[in-house]
Amino acid sequence: MANLFSSSIGRKLLMSITGLFLIVFLLVHLTLNSFLLLDGVLGFEEGQMFNAGAHFMATNPFIKIMEPMLAIGFLVHIMYSIGLTIQNIKARGAARYASGSKTDDVEWSSKNMFVLGIFVVSFLVVHLANFWVKMKITGDPLLHQEASFPFMGAEAHGENAYALVNTAFQNIAIVIIYVIGCIALSFHLSHGFWSAFQTIGWNNTVWLNRLQTISKVVAWFIGLGFCVIAIAQYLFF
Amino acid sequence: MKGKTLNLKLKVWRQKSATAQGKFETYEVSNISTEGSFLEMMDILNEQIISNGGDPVAFDHDCREGICGMCSLYINGHAHGPDEDITTCQLHMRKFTDGDTITIEPWRSAGFPVVKDLIVDRSAFDKILQAGGFVSVNTGGIPDGNAIPIPKEDADEAMDSASCIGCGACVASCKNGSAMLFVSAKVSQLALLPQGRVEAARRAKSMVAKMDELGFGNCTNTGACEVECPKNISITNIARLNREFLSAKLKD
Amino acid sequence: MATLDSKIPAGDIAQKWENYKAHQKLVNPANKRKLDVIVVGSGLAGGAAAASLGELGFNVKCFCYQDSPRRAHSIAAQGGINAAKNYPNDGDSVHRLFYDTVKGGDYRAREANVHRLAEVSNSIIDQCVAQGVPFAREYGGLLDNRSFGGAQVSRTFYAKGQTGQQLLLGAYGALNRQIAKGTVKMFNRNEMMDVVVIDGKARGIITRNLVTGEIESHFGHAVIIATGGYGNVYFLSTNAMGSNVSAAWKTYKKGAFFGNPCYVQIHPTCIPVHGEFQSKLTLMSESLRNDGRVWAPKKKEDAEAIRAGKKRPEDLSDDDRDFYLERRYPAFGNLVPRDVASRAAKERCDAGYGVEAGEAVYLDFKYAIQRLGKDVVEARYGNLFQMYEKITDDNPYQTPMKIYPAIHYTMGGIWVDYDLQTTIPGLFAAGEANFSDHGANRLGASALMQGLADGYFVLPYTVQNYLADELHTPRIDPAKSADFKKAADEVKGNINKLLSIKGKQSVDSFHKRLGKIMWDKVGMGRTKEGLTEAISEIQKLRVEFWKDVRIPGDANEMNVELEKANRVADFIELGELMARDALHREESCGGHFREEFQTEEGEAKRQDDKFLYVGAWEFKGIDQEPVLHKEALEFVYCELKQRNYK
Repeated sequence: MANLFSSSIGRKLLMSITGLFLIVFLLVHLTLNSFLLLDGVLGFEEGQMFNAGAHFMATNPFIKIMEPMLAIGFLVHIMYSIGLTIQNIKARGAARYASGSKTDDVEWSSKNMFVLGIFVVSFLVVHLANFWVKMKITGDPLLHQEASFPFMGAEAHGENAYALVNTAFQNIAIVIIYVIGCIALSFHLSHGFWSAFQTIGWNNTVWLNRLQTISKVVAWFIGLGFCVIAIAQYLFF
Repeated sequence: MKGKTLNLKLKVWRQKSATAQGKFETYEVSNISTEGSFLEMMDILNEQIISNGGDPVAFDHDCREGICGMCSLYINGHAHGPDEDITTCQLHMRKFTDGDTITIEPWRSAGFPVVKDLIVDRSAFDKILQAGGFVSVNTGGIPDGNAIPIPKEDADEAMDSASCIGCGACVASCKNGSAMLFVSAKVSQLALLPQGRVEAARRAKSMVAKMDELGFGNCTNTGACEVECPKNISITNIARLNREFLSAKLKD
Repeated sequence: MATLDSKIPAGDIAQKWENYKAHQKLVNPANKRKLDVIVVGSGLAGGAAAASLGELGFNVKCFCYQDSPRRAHSIAAQGGINAAKNYPNDGDSVHRLFYDTVKGGDYRAREANVHRLAEVSNSIIDQCVAQGVPFAREYGGLLDNRSFGGAQVSRTFYAKGQTGQQLLLGAYGALNRQIAKGTVKMFNRNEMMDVVVIDGKARGIITRNLVTGEIESHFGHAVIIATGGYGNVYFLSTNAMGSNVSAAWKTYKKGAFFGNPCYVQIHPTCIPVHGEFQSKLTLMSESLRNDGRVWAPKKKEDAEAIRAGKKRPEDLSDDDRDFYLERRYPAFGNLVPRDVASRAAKERCDAGYGVEAGEAVYLDFKYAIQRLGKDVVEARYGNLFQMYEKITDDNPYQTPMKIYPAIHYTMGGIWVDYDLQTTIPGLFAAGEANFSDHGANRLGASALMQGLADGYFVLPYTVQNYLADELHTPRIDPAKSADFKKAADEVKGNINKLLSIKGKQSVDSFHKRLGKIMWDKVGMGRTKEGLTEAISEIQKLRVEFWKDVRIPGDANEMNVELEKANRVADFIELGELMARDALHREESCGGHFREEFQTEEGEAKRQDDKFLYVGAWEFKGIDQEPVLHKEALEFVYCELKQRNYK
């Protein structure tokens, strides 16, 4: 293990592992968000499933442990990306090609991961201010609206997270920011997902195309998933 | 005799020495046959410059059949020019059209400083290979060549990796100035063969350490290297290098 | 004065090398590091020698003009490397490889050297496999072989169409390992300008740093020249642009004899010349003749129609195609040796059956594709086909390849004895740079074999044998040596002389004119008249060169034109010697074809009663005729015969 993380591949490994960890978080988040749309389908009252999910997240000890881990994952991913990018700019040298780069068949997103990352982080800040800060720190009148939902086989009462989200998504500006952020996220992930496997070394000639395809599917499933939910909330709820 | 002739404008990077300030000079050449090669066009340009009393453009080249890896040149946005799976010396003028302006630049990367005009210093590649890109056997006292059977698939794959010519197009076209494709090709070739397997861990670690030390960038898997590589070296070699390196490090 | 003693060890031919090794002098490990060896050239011979001598513990300095030792032109060899392994069980043996090589060389090589080459050939394969060279393998995991010209067995090992590259990278790896250990010091972008001879022994070299232009001096207890062949004297050849004779030529001018300069190999399967601005010729591997069939149109009117663009080769039926190699040589067919195949192509073209501009014939894969399927052909030759298509814009899967002979290899070179030592003690020559193993014609896949044999398995013994007596020679500091200073001053003087000419004509224009004289008059077919003319034309060209060459730039910088001028100046002098050698050798043998000496069927006719010797030339001064020395050749183990591939 000696000096692993001072090597280029070791640092990339950290980016991969944190990246994959963040993707897992996104999948969990998306699952929870899908509750926003599923009440009617499954015969619950509007907001019940989402509030139950939010309640679960807020009270489950495992999630409590994971929360700081998640923050660390974000921080490591961001800090190392800054470090690696600075190194890469240096390695590129001072001079640039007058004729630019016309290399075909290179994914646009792969060349713009850092820029896409900045987009995602900016969105994240807005997103956290909209929801997370209110839920965890400042509180919000909407949260205190009466909410009751089935939980662990019984009727439970808790914060009305649904009201907060539902209200936010009635604001077209927020929905637009949300959609832009999620599309940037999709591009980021469409390269990031397979790239993480490549860096860990889990790739070969047979799996290269498969992984790249899976990567696109996962990326757009996540990104568009969030978008669809937000837009549906705006239109139908 | 088939083919046409072209009149072209050339924007060529001129730089007197490593420390001198460089700039683009524009030249015009005429009656260039489409059947000729790009470097033959450069020869004609140089004859023209010499007869006008100027200093000819210095560029690296040697075998002119795409195998020695000496030629470089970044032409119109592509390492080795706008054709696939070739080196600059195999680029032919039929890829251009009459009246084109062609921009010709040296490899640009911190790892490859310019020596003169279009010539760069690629000795960093030698240094990386000196760090472990070999099998540590002395001459003589060797078992029979058939003593260890090697599956054909492995031998073929090793051959694909081994076809790297060390030209540096991967570094030149990488936005990160990374040498991972070059390093991974050698590491893969030797890791795939039982003869090289013995010191595979040591090799991966020391070659990566040398690559880092020499200031090459970090691979972000854009795959530009693979596209511009004249020998079609696959980026799956990079995955293998990562695997070899990480498993070696985790055992330390 | 040096004399020609080939120093062949006594005993039966199969025992000579064993005897030599058993009785040679050795240097003990502690003393090896006190001895310096200079190796000029980093190809198969030079790279392998430098690495192997470094492994033994000698202090080695290795020089190459390219930016890395990996660029040496050995890298361009495509087809393969011979060895007498007999893995296919098809009747091969050391003796048969020895015999084929002597016969292939048209009985103009030294038997003892060739036998040693055949003996060590097997070790080369083992060595390369151990280094991680990815030779082609069968599904069972064992090494694959293919057949090559001039042999009736399959003894050629190969790595796709890039065998030379893989072998060179193997040697380069071994060299890198020694560089890392500090036993070898590598000097890239350095060109040898002269050899320094002190008290009759080679003691070092003068080099020019091609980046800074600095003239530097290097001492060595022994100097090895492994700088390849001189095919570029023809301007157009399959050699790399930088391949040159200068290092060898400087040793010639310092007293080393030059052996058989007129023996030049013309490779039958190159891509034809396409225009006057062409800078080099590209070889299509001889391995293509395994499956391709060579033909020319049977009727002149068809040839004319094709030349005029009115017909395509695909339009001709088999009956209208003349498979002239199969017709003339039924036993070997398309796999006759290179000199025979080249002359047969020239014969057809001279008779008016050539295509393209009249100087091309076809190499057709239609039949192989029918027999094996496109996939098999692609697996075997895909990279070569791709290369052909990139250059010519023709698709060889659909239309036959056009080929024509081109200068490829030079069998002649610095004369060496059995130890690979030249007539200057302490100066060795290896690989294509020496004259030793191929006689008047080299068989395919034998150049790689010879380069590596010399580098890995011969020089480490023979150089050590020489150095054992040099233990008490103290290192010379070039800065304090009058001899080194004198040599360096001469080099500087020569460079200044070239730069001060400031004439009108470019170096390349002289080189092209020399090449034309050489190709027309010292090429595939030579006559007394043509050679006599060539000598006087080259002499005139030399005078003109030294009066009117234009070299821009200065001596103290990277100056590509100056590098070329230095090389072309030597090529011009060499060209004259080649013509002289060709003129004096009134016979046809291998690559040397004097039109006056041919059989009724147009085959080379040797004059064994008069020319059964190596012609080794001694330099006497630039305007004086060189002196010919003869090393008689004895054929005890191979019966002297008219070569027959019918």
